[in-house]
Amino acid sequence: MASIPTPGPEYTTHILPAPFTSSPLTLLAQGAEALVYRTTFLTPNTPCILKYRPPKPYRHPILDKRLTRARLLAEARVLVKCRRDGVKVPAVLGLDADQGWLVLEWVEGGNVRSTLDRWVKEGGQFEKLGESSKDGENKDVWEFMRAIGTSVGKVHDIGVCHGDLTTSNLMVKTTEGHGQAQPQKPSAPAQPYLTGDIILIDFGLATQTVQDEDRAVDLYVLERAFAATHPGAESLFQEVLRAYGESYRGGRAVLKKLEDVRLRGRKRSMLG
Amino acid sequence: MIALGLEGSANKIGIGLISHPSPDKPPIVLSNLRHTYNSPPGEGFLPKDTAIHHRTWVVRLIKQAVRQAGVKIEDIDCICYTKGPGMGAPLQSVALAARTLSLLWNKPLVGVNHCVGHIEMGRAITHASNPVVLYVSGGNTQVIAYSAQRYRIFGETLDIAIGNCIDRFARTLMIPNDPFPGYNVEQLAKKGKNLVDMPYAVKGMDVSFSGVLAAADLLAAQIDESLPLEKRLKTEDGEIVTKADLCFSLQETIYAMLVEITERAMAHVGSTQVLVVGGVGSNERLQQMMGLMARDRRGSVFATDERFCIDNGIMIAHAGLLEFKTGVTTKLEDSTCTQRFRTDEVFVGWRD
Repeated sequence: MASIPTPGPEYTTHILPAPFTSSPLTLLAQGAEALVYRTTFLTPNTPCILKYRPPKPYRHPILDKRLTRARLLAEARVLVKCRRDGVKVPAVLGLDADQGWLVLEWVEGGNVRSTLDRWVKEGGQFEKLGESSKDGENKDVWEFMRAIGTSVGKVHDIGVCHGDLTTSNLMVKTTEGHGQAQPQKPSAPAQPYLTGDIILIDFGLATQTVQDEDRAVDLYVLERAFAATHPGAESLFQEVLRAYGESYRGGRAVLKKLEDVRLRGRKRSMLG
Repeated sequence: MIALGLEGSANKIGIGLISHPSPDKPPIVLSNLRHTYNSPPGEGFLPKDTAIHHRTWVVRLIKQAVRQAGVKIEDIDCICYTKGPGMGAPLQSVALAARTLSLLWNKPLVGVNHCVGHIEMGRAITHASNPVVLYVSGGNTQVIAYSAQRYRIFGETLDIAIGNCIDRFARTLMIPNDPFPGYNVEQLAKKGKNLVDMPYAVKGMDVSFSGVLAAADLLAAQIDESLPLEKRLKTEDGEIVTKADLCFSLQETIYAMLVEITERAMAHVGSTQVLVVGGVGSNERLQQMMGLMARDRRGSVFATDERFCIDNGIMIAHAGLLEFKTGVTTKLEDSTCTQRFRTDEVFVGWRD
């Protein structure tokens, strides 16, 4: 049993029941809405994620409870649906919608953002990635982009829109550790960190929808996030979209819609 | 340097004179006059009538403002007016007055973006250096942060402005428009205690108020005192829902939406300061809620009182003078006004 401390001036005394935590909570991130901790589940060696939505003191308590409950349940339902339909997301281990906590499976690895940063740091250059490099030494990074496109396509295929697709919300599950234990095969990838499964995280803004418009907006958000965090990687991103289009029936229609969304942008000129 | 500012984008005409003594000294407000056009309860202000009001008052207010400031016409360096955004007819009547003065006194003109005027005035009054700005008024709802020479819009309303939502709700309940509907709703809300469920529409960093307004109007029809008691809207505990309860619920719901998107923008840009500007920014409950949010983020909230929050001439004079000092003026033939003029269209040459 442990209480969840919030970094704000007021400490809540909420108790997380066993078996959800048996070791101290380590704060990983503070978003606008939730605090994300690392803790353990069942055994002290099984890490898990605790996502806690503290009460917002500025909101009327009834409204606050209503919103926290609705959002937490929506997030959990989407995760469960993804899991059931074969999309790789962290599993839901437990939750209390009224108290505002959600415990998720721990995913070992880094996010796409840091993975690409690492690739650049190790000598990769976005500018030098011509079409011809797809089968050459940069094969892995192209394959990596295709994996991202396919993962997003899979989520959309089952009728879920993520709502906040950024390169930080796409994880790459580490497989590196296993590879090193065995002798390297000649065909082993040059950058093993690029070959892990793509796991989508943070479904806090996700919705269940089958509208092409919503899917296109989802892609547009990812495109903008990509451009902002990885300048120069436009050609790489095209590969994400290409793979997306091939990943499920209807993918191409969404890409068509994406062109409209791009033209419209998010900001239209509006009445003062 | 001294500037005269003329504002008339909505139902208020504001005339102000400001002096910027030297770069390192704070600006001095020489005079700040305003006259408001109020329509009867149940009605909004029409552009045509508002323009007539502005035309009637503009000369009187300018004369009085210049006299009160105690400056000679020769001392004035430029004439600043609201170029937009706002209602067409009132904007035009004030722009005409500005052009006339410019020719009459042979002074350069500076056309000012109304939103930038609010932001710059708020920064000058509160000394907030680089805050996330929540701009909330009858015609605008935007979350803004400064980056690379522009005030960038991070979130905004997808349909109507928050002030418009409150004003129209006040019309439904026949709440008086004097001094302004939002004030009267706020006073009524202080007496409310039951929270009625209303839609809560936050999408990422954007908000939507049209659904809340429609729902609030439907609820308002159910509390009509002429209805038989058994048909009146009741809370879960069987208490009759009052006008005050509805005002309270509307405020709690829509202000929570505003605070939420502001918090998101703060988390996104990593800022701990919030500045609230615009007419709705004078609402004490909104300021209080914003304060509670900022406290949890170890930050602080900056707000101004109604003299500077609500549309005024001083803010136009101040923002115009800042721009004038970077060498920008508006030629007579370009001194038009526009109903659509986005905050991020203005090149902010006076900030680093």
